[in-house]
Amino acid sequence: MISRRQFCRKALLIAGGVALPLAALELFDPKRLRAEKSSKGDRRWVFLVDTHKCVGCGFCVKACKIENDVPYDAKVSRTWVERYVIKKNGETLIDSPNAARDGFTTTRIDQNLAGMLDVRDEEIAKAFFVPKLCNQCDHPPCVQVCPVGATYQTADGVVLVDRKWCIGCGYCIMGCPYGVRFFHPLYHVAEKCTFCYHRLAKGMNSVCVDACPFGARRIGNLRDPEDPVTKIITTERVNVLKEQYGTNPQVFYLGLTMEVK
Amino acid sequence: MVHGEIWTLKELFVYPNEYIYWSIQIVMYPFMTGLVAGAFVLSSLYHVFGVKQLKEIARFSLVFSLALLPCAPLPLLLHLQQPLRNHHVLMTSHFTSAIAAFGIVFMTYGMIVASELWFVYRGHFVARALALKQKGSGSADRLACGLYTLLTLGAWDVGDAALHSDEKAVKFLAAAGIPVACFLHGYAGFIFGSVKANALWMTPLMPVIFICSAIVSGIALCILSFIVVSRLRIIINNWKIKNKFGTPAVVEMKDAELTIVTQTSRYLLIFLVLAITLELLDLIFRGYTAVKSWEIIRRVIYERDFVKIFILQYGLGNLLPFILFLLPRLTIRRAVAGTLLVLLGVFMMRWNVVIGGQAFSASFAGFMEYHIPIIPVSMETFREGLFGALFVAGMPYVLFLLFSRIMPVFDLKKFGSS
Repeated sequence: MISRRQFCRKALLIAGGVALPLAALELFDPKRLRAEKSSKGDRRWVFLVDTHKCVGCGFCVKACKIENDVPYDAKVSRTWVERYVIKKNGETLIDSPNAARDGFTTTRIDQNLAGMLDVRDEEIAKAFFVPKLCNQCDHPPCVQVCPVGATYQTADGVVLVDRKWCIGCGYCIMGCPYGVRFFHPLYHVAEKCTFCYHRLAKGMNSVCVDACPFGARRIGNLRDPEDPVTKIITTERVNVLKEQYGTNPQVFYLGLTMEVK
Repeated sequence: MVHGEIWTLKELFVYPNEYIYWSIQIVMYPFMTGLVAGAFVLSSLYHVFGVKQLKEIARFSLVFSLALLPCAPLPLLLHLQQPLRNHHVLMTSHFTSAIAAFGIVFMTYGMIVASELWFVYRGHFVARALALKQKGSGSADRLACGLYTLLTLGAWDVGDAALHSDEKAVKFLAAAGIPVACFLHGYAGFIFGSVKANALWMTPLMPVIFICSAIVSGIALCILSFIVVSRLRIIINNWKIKNKFGTPAVVEMKDAELTIVTQTSRYLLIFLVLAITLELLDLIFRGYTAVKSWEIIRRVIYERDFVKIFILQYGLGNLLPFILFLLPRLTIRRAVAGTLLVLLGVFMMRWNVVIGGQAFSASFAGFMEYHIPIIPVSMETFREGLFGALFVAGMPYVLFLLFSRIMPVFDLKKFGSS
């Protein structure tokens, strides 16, 4: 006859064994370990934005929404364009009406609740457009904070979301300093720019790159020294957004000024 | 409609994807967790430190903390976009995330509370099961008998030695529960404090501030419920005297009540001072160092959220109860007012951290305002609106009523057990 103490002990042992997630065993998968250790493959996708060339037409936003199944009228977008108007008195005005999906159709600045702001031409010191998208950081805070590992970084540097596993807690949205993440209005999980990973896999460009009539957006492989994008990044004066967060962003900008947020 | 769009108002420049994603339920989460521990710590005062006056309230607060327990993760569950996938946190915990350990910390704490309760009530379960077995003829009796038999877990020994070892186990579990309870809160603070993208949240002081304010709110709720319970007992006693079978112990009970409230309020004051000191230190430090984010934070704190922070939180929620408790000759009425104000203050602190942290854009060039949905026109506006919050706040009382049917908090003798 089994004693109560022994019964409890064995029951706990069995319960513990059953509760042990199979995922824990995966830790020792040698293939995966090797892949993680020698992640310096022959590809690292990076992006180059030439702000001098952007005219704020919004073709990139439009193309992205259609390509990536983000509802056209939803007030969220994987990519967007910001307009900066810096006045002679130093005041900076920024807007991105409807993520610039339809471009900038008026000279008035959209200040949301504060209304549309008229700025006279003679007040303006400089004005320019800045396209934004996911920075596919080398140290992505969104991947760090995901409690279930639904968001992850591929070996070639792109951060993706597993729509079947995301619980929709929003911690990644809070953790991103660039505001690129949002909840997909239909799938109700975290959503973000993927550099159009599905297109990259087929040897194509990101759709925004193809949609840009002015060549303001370019994608390249940082590990390929002959890649024209890599050449520009390594030889010219480029900048990144919010490097103070230690995220090591991989979207490089030409013509970035201090006013850009 | 995009999640968050319905209750977010944007002003000036805000990134297109920014909304108030963490709303009222995330305010409720640290608030409820704070109350759980408060109730537990009070029960531990009796079980660990042997504060005799707290015997009755100790059992009350232990059952109450069990009732509060499921209500701590409830707001998290209501806030998830995919609530049915909540178990993924346990299945594939991604431990670089602060949230990943929630299930483990929470379940550890839950197991401690549940097993402590079992040891406290084991004798009662056995007595009830035996009594019902003798009496039992109706199906309700048989069902109740089955339930109590199940709850005994087969441990029928109610000899002196067995009950004594029960007591020892209770003492051990109560002591082990205190650090775990504190960890549960510090942990909630870490979830916010470690978000480097949020200028208002990111401070190493956040977990400590959370622990202190949690203890403050916990003690406040316990004092309040203690007063309510004592008043009920006095009313019951009066009724008994009126019906000529009670003892005239009302005056004694009143004296004891005031003594305990006065003593406990001292602990409340200590933690209140500690919490305010840390919060002010944080504020002064931010203003003094004035890094890039200070300009926008300053505008949120001193202009947009001034009433919520300085009037409701610091003024009504901290300073006023501080004076109320500090004035000599504390009365019960003043203690009730003080504890209610303290609870308001702690709730506003959670609000100002969670909602205040999202009141400005990560671009530092615009603001967002949260308009809490009042009338639930959809599931979303219920979950993340006023009624969702009230649902979470009311749930512990429903559960308490239910639990106290099985584990009576008063007059155990009536049921023939100790």
